[in-house]
Amino acid sequence: MSEYLVEVRDLKKHFPVRGGVFSKVRAWVKAVDGVSFGICPGETLGLVGESGCGKTTTGRCILRLLEPTAGEVVFDGQDILQFDRRQMRRLRREMQIIFQDPYGSLNARMTVGDIIGEAYTVHGIAKGKERAEKVNELLEVVGLSPYHARRYPHEFSGGQRQRIGIARALALKPKLIICDEPVSALDVSIQSQILNLLEDLQEEFGLTYLFIAHNLSVVQHISDRVGVMYLGNLVELASKDVLYSAPKHPYTVALLSAIPVPDPDVRKTKILLEGDVPSPLNPPSGCTFHTRCPKATAHCKESRPEWREVTPGHFVACHLA
Amino acid sequence: MSQIEHQNDRARRSFGGDAMTPEPESYGKMVWRRFKKHKLAMAGLYILLFMYVLAIFAPLLATQSYETVDPPNKLKPSSREHLMGTDNIGRDVFSRVVWGSRISLSVGFVAAAVAVTVGVVIGSTAAYFGGRVDDILMRFTEIVMAFPTFFLLLTIVSIVERSIFNIMLVIGFTSWPSLARMVRGQILSLREQEFTEAARALGASDARIIFRHILPNAMAPVIVSTTMRIGGAILSESSLSFLGLGVPEPYPSWGSILNAGRTYLLQAPWITTFPGIFIFLTVLAFNYVGDGLRDALDPRLKD
Repeated sequence: MSEYLVEVRDLKKHFPVRGGVFSKVRAWVKAVDGVSFGICPGETLGLVGESGCGKTTTGRCILRLLEPTAGEVVFDGQDILQFDRRQMRRLRREMQIIFQDPYGSLNARMTVGDIIGEAYTVHGIAKGKERAEKVNELLEVVGLSPYHARRYPHEFSGGQRQRIGIARALALKPKLIICDEPVSALDVSIQSQILNLLEDLQEEFGLTYLFIAHNLSVVQHISDRVGVMYLGNLVELASKDVLYSAPKHPYTVALLSAIPVPDPDVRKTKILLEGDVPSPLNPPSGCTFHTRCPKATAHCKESRPEWREVTPGHFVACHLA
Repeated sequence: MSQIEHQNDRARRSFGGDAMTPEPESYGKMVWRRFKKHKLAMAGLYILLFMYVLAIFAPLLATQSYETVDPPNKLKPSSREHLMGTDNIGRDVFSRVVWGSRISLSVGFVAAAVAVTVGVVIGSTAAYFGGRVDDILMRFTEIVMAFPTFFLLLTIVSIVERSIFNIMLVIGFTSWPSLARMVRGQILSLREQEFTEAARALGASDARIIFRHILPNAMAPVIVSTTMRIGGAILSESSLSFLGLGVPEPYPSWGSILNAGRTYLLQAPWITTFPGIFIFLTVLAFNYVGDGLRDALDPRLKD
């Protein structure tokens, strides 16, 4: 499987729950519990799931902003989890991130020019006038103007701030950008502007995206392939067309049936899942989805379904698929 | 590429520069513009300027020496010669109040500086290292907090030698805990903010993240709290002096003048009234300036 730009193998991230006077570890939250997938160069892999299913944690682990508990992250053929600080610093030029919150992701005490140009300073690429020129170029690329460089983030709207965040991620000319819900916090009208910008940039710079979102329509619009996560596990992964037309996992089926159709005359049968998402603190045995699955059998309670390729390129973790 | 340019042109036109003023203002200018709008804070600033002018030019402004005793003229009310009257041993109250501003203001300043330094060091160390270090430092802070501060002050002051410098240190070392907790909370929340993560994703060093991203954002509440703490320290010193445990005679501080006049409260109210007004105005002014700074320093608050 060497055609992948980045491949994640059996990635796990468990967070300790601490309590008591001297913070003893009381339990573990299995935020990500054995996730495997790969992203080909130049493609966009969408990652969807409910809040708290571990999609953001997965993205952070790939960048090593969080240290994974177990597993491998292979980038350009090398397992980056074995990298030391120096190698990691060099790798930062190859992969970047765009955040969800356009307010919290920009330092309110720095000018836009300093925010975008920080990458050049940190890596010793350019400074002074040369840096300013590079920053101006980036501002133009994302649809802002050079004179914006001297302003502070609070002077911009949410959509403009997101453009600043995108410019910062582009500064080092990375190969992979992890887009962590980049449009979830924006107005619908601004969302499409940002999505179009991301698509244009992908074409121009040959970027590879991991696009994390909980909006199925947005993911359908931008992705080549889509992965669905539930409670720290990847339950289904297939090309966009296959996944949206012929989903195999009952959870995906239920999710897709919940997409609203902008036509009042269309009557769809929605599959309503019962109950809430179980706590990742104490996930159900066997298939983690069995507590809410309309098709669950006794077998599902006992054994955890294997992550297998049912048809070429279509992966599912379900006994019934 | 041309397609991108076209789209961006459109984007720029729809929300670009025209809506905003062409000349951006610096952060300092913005803070000052917003501070000026706060009327009470500006009043406080003028009062403080007046007090500091008094303290700096004390030798020129004081009409007489602060320690010259003149028993025949004791307990005299305000007159042309003694603007604020004389105390029980005939010293000029006006000159003592003027010289006292030096001691009271510097006690406030140094004590607050000590409290802030200790608080910031302990709070940020706890937050940055986390784990066991955090546990130990914070439990220690809570223990110090649980002491009744004023009695702790009284105990220490009666043990160490009574000098102006020691009084400053003692007040500073007993008032840091709440600041340490505040700084720790600030840093803990800033450490998790996405802009800190973005800096880490760019490969920025720990030092760069602390000094460029975390501390500048944590400074605003520290500055505000320092201003208010100066007022608090002046009050503490006054209280200590009032109990006779403050700055030793013959040096005048506002608190010690107040203390000297205590016995003659009905007979010669001017001895206590004037330093009382000065303490009151100064502490009030520091609090208002702190309030104004808090509003002005936060860029998230819209004008």
